[in-house]
Amino acid sequence: MKLRKVTAAAAAALVLSLTATACGGDDNDSDTGSGSGGGDKIKIGIKYDQPGLGLKKPDGSFSGFDVDVATYVAKELGYKPDQIEFVETKSADRENALARGDVKFIAATYSINDERKQKVDFAGPYLLAHQDLLVKTDSDIAKGTDLNGKNLCSVTGSTSAQNVKNDIAPKANLKEYSGYSECIAALQSGTVDAVTTDDSILAGFAAQSQYKGKFKLAGLKLSNENYGIGVKKGDTATVDKINKALEKMVSDGSWDKAVKDNFGPANYKNEPAPKIGDIVQ
Amino acid sequence: MFDFLSDYDNPTLLGAFWMTVKLTFFSGIGSLVWGTVLAAMRVSPVPLMRGFGTAYVNIVRNIPLTVIILFCSLGLADIFHVTLGASDFKIQGFRLAILGFTAYTAAFVCEAVRSGINTVPMGQAEAARAIGLNFTQTLRLIVLPQAFRAVIGPLANVLIALTKNTTVAAAIGVAEAAYLMKEMIENEAQTLLIGAVFAFGFVVLTLPTGLILGWLSKRLAVKR
Repeated sequence: MKLRKVTAAAAAALVLSLTATACGGDDNDSDTGSGSGGGDKIKIGIKYDQPGLGLKKPDGSFSGFDVDVATYVAKELGYKPDQIEFVETKSADRENALARGDVKFIAATYSINDERKQKVDFAGPYLLAHQDLLVKTDSDIAKGTDLNGKNLCSVTGSTSAQNVKNDIAPKANLKEYSGYSECIAALQSGTVDAVTTDDSILAGFAAQSQYKGKFKLAGLKLSNENYGIGVKKGDTATVDKINKALEKMVSDGSWDKAVKDNFGPANYKNEPAPKIGDIVQ
Repeated sequence: MFDFLSDYDNPTLLGAFWMTVKLTFFSGIGSLVWGTVLAAMRVSPVPLMRGFGTAYVNIVRNIPLTVIILFCSLGLADIFHVTLGASDFKIQGFRLAILGFTAYTAAFVCEAVRSGINTVPMGQAEAARAIGLNFTQTLRLIVLPQAFRAVIGPLANVLIALTKNTTVAAAIGVAEAAYLMKEMIENEAQTLLIGAVFAFGFVVLTLPTGLILGWLSKRLAVKR
């Protein structure tokens, strides 16, 4: 009996100390993140699982267009590359991460829309993407209605999947997985004829070395996705600074270089750099 | 504030929860049958069957459910073309999900039933043998009826866990509650409110299950 009490107390103490240290760590990090100026760190939200846009590589480094944009913007805000800390912000958590101040801004295929604008402020847009199809190189799918009766894959709950169901091809046989990697696997095994989401994301996958030459983008412009940089609601000073940084990035050619570096191998025909505040409906 | 609840029609909120109920119902029946068969194997006098039952339970219950469900779709359907007679991905996903949930939950049902079998006194089985019943008859007529009445409580836990586990089916595109929740969160930017609505939905489903089966387990328990 006594032994059991001791064990329980020890377990409770262990749990408490673990949670306490976890909280402590978070607090310290966010303190340094929210403080502005010279020697502090900046926390930026990106995605970890989208090659070409935001990808965490096995060695812990990051690559992708969103990462390049975020790094450039941070540089203009006065942070060196080693002061940047990238944080994974999944789609469902983006608004809360900004509201809580976990991240200074988010560059993570964040399409500007009216619902989101009520919760966060957007700088940009910095890229205009379109919903598109990734098909095998020898595929003959040429327009959206070709999809009716075809097998198609997208990600559960994504805007792209909803567009297909409601507008583009309601008769398409839509398979939904929780991630794009599973869809690409299904495309490779021939179970589905096409994968659909933003062309920038698809180009990132098609540009990966193991898929080079196997897939192509169909080049349909099925929707307009204006990627913006999410900032905490009301923080107009930061929005202005980021907008200036984005303008500079386009004018000095870094923007074009970033697009070429990240999407080049997929023959991605990108739109010209969008003007700040110019949202294509 | 709650106007988003009526904005969705593919599936609707009720439709999504109805899919959750259907998944739970069919997987529940499937795993009860398959789990009972597994339990019978684990107590049978044939070493090969005992070995199979033990191996199955220990392997399947230690694989994460997400892996099992994803394997059903990515592995069975996409690579081995086991489509369970459906070419439409919606129906295919539904059937594959039930297959996966049944395979997984049966391992837990098996262990619950086996614990019930252990509550039946040895004398019962010995008496059954003495009047000339064989193994199947002993199990079917004497042991299992008593065992089941002892394990209604534990089986209720398994059923409640199964209800919540069906959310994993969203990973292969089955339009149940978690699927609709993902869709809503993608569009509405109201994570907390939407999360609360769906959490409440699951409480509505599982709380009565627990109360009714808890009451039944008290009523039907074999008093020894």
